[in-house]
Amino acid sequence: MELDRAFGWLQATTIAKAISENEILFPWIESVHVLAIVLVVGTISIVDLRLLGVASLDRSARRLMQDVLPFTWGAFGVAAITGSLMFASDAVNYAHNFFFRGKLVLLALAGLNMAVFHLVGVGNIARWGVTRQTPWSAKAVAAISLLMWMAVVAFGRGIGFTMH
Amino acid sequence: MSPVFVKSLNAICVWIDQTQLSQAIQATSWVVPTVQTVHILAIAVVASSALMIDLRLLGVFWTDRPMKDVFSRFLPLVWWPLLILFATGAIMIIGEPARSLKNPAFQLKMLLLVTALIVTGLLQFFERQDAAFGDLRSASRPLPIIIAVASMLLWSAIIFAGRWIAYYA
Repeated sequence: MELDRAFGWLQATTIAKAISENEILFPWIESVHVLAIVLVVGTISIVDLRLLGVASLDRSARRLMQDVLPFTWGAFGVAAITGSLMFASDAVNYAHNFFFRGKLVLLALAGLNMAVFHLVGVGNIARWGVTRQTPWSAKAVAAISLLMWMAVVAFGRGIGFTMH
Repeated sequence: MSPVFVKSLNAICVWIDQTQLSQAIQATSWVVPTVQTVHILAIAVVASSALMIDLRLLGVFWTDRPMKDVFSRFLPLVWWPLLILFATGAIMIIGEPARSLKNPAFQLKMLLLVTALIVTGLLQFFERQDAAFGDLRSASRPLPIIIAVASMLLWSAIIFAGRWIAYYA
């Protein structure tokens, strides 16, 4: 497969080889990855619970998103970088791993869900973003987001149990 | 560690390993990954809630709101998920007692956890003593900053130590 050749090249690069051949580099990168993903999931759920009308109701949804999401994005950036490094160290095998593929699909769906929210929701958020009540569309996006991120963690753990 | 301690720890591990529950966990391949997923999700709640409190103490989050609001929103989510963490942690220990209890990374994690809980308890104590604790205009700025930095370092180290259990086994 054409893609496998590209991944084969990737895992032969100096940086990928350094990660796969060094005994402590991978665990360190993985630890940072877990810390980052824990903060992504935890902070995004603060926003999701507000959109669901469950918590932080004394703060407008719009303000809460401005307060919290920068930290979510920062942590996501770290998770993406560390995840890419781990992928590079054994690219061909990861690319064929069921849970790795599933995790990428889930991440894409979570991104799509967010894009839908911003395209459809932000126009209206000026209206409902300051009230305690949230429309059903915001609740649906929040519920999907929570489920997607929980599944991302589950699939991530699945990778750990099926690789090596 | 004293030889007596090591010997009794070994005996405890052997005993747990032979229980029916431990055998059942070992025989069912999906239990450990599933329990670990729940464990990580609960850690996500604890670590993120602690981070929000710590960022408020550092003056970069919810500075327009009193400390009391930040505490009532996030402090219960530092304490309550610990029940889930202890329960899922116990299942992992019962499933693989020697791999966890005798593991230096696990022992360090427990030490760090106790320290993090003491720091969180201290924070709660200071806030009860002085409602303006953590207020940016308050005179006692060093203490809230020290607590916030210690809390962030400790929870990060707990997550790191947790991941390293797999590599010391």
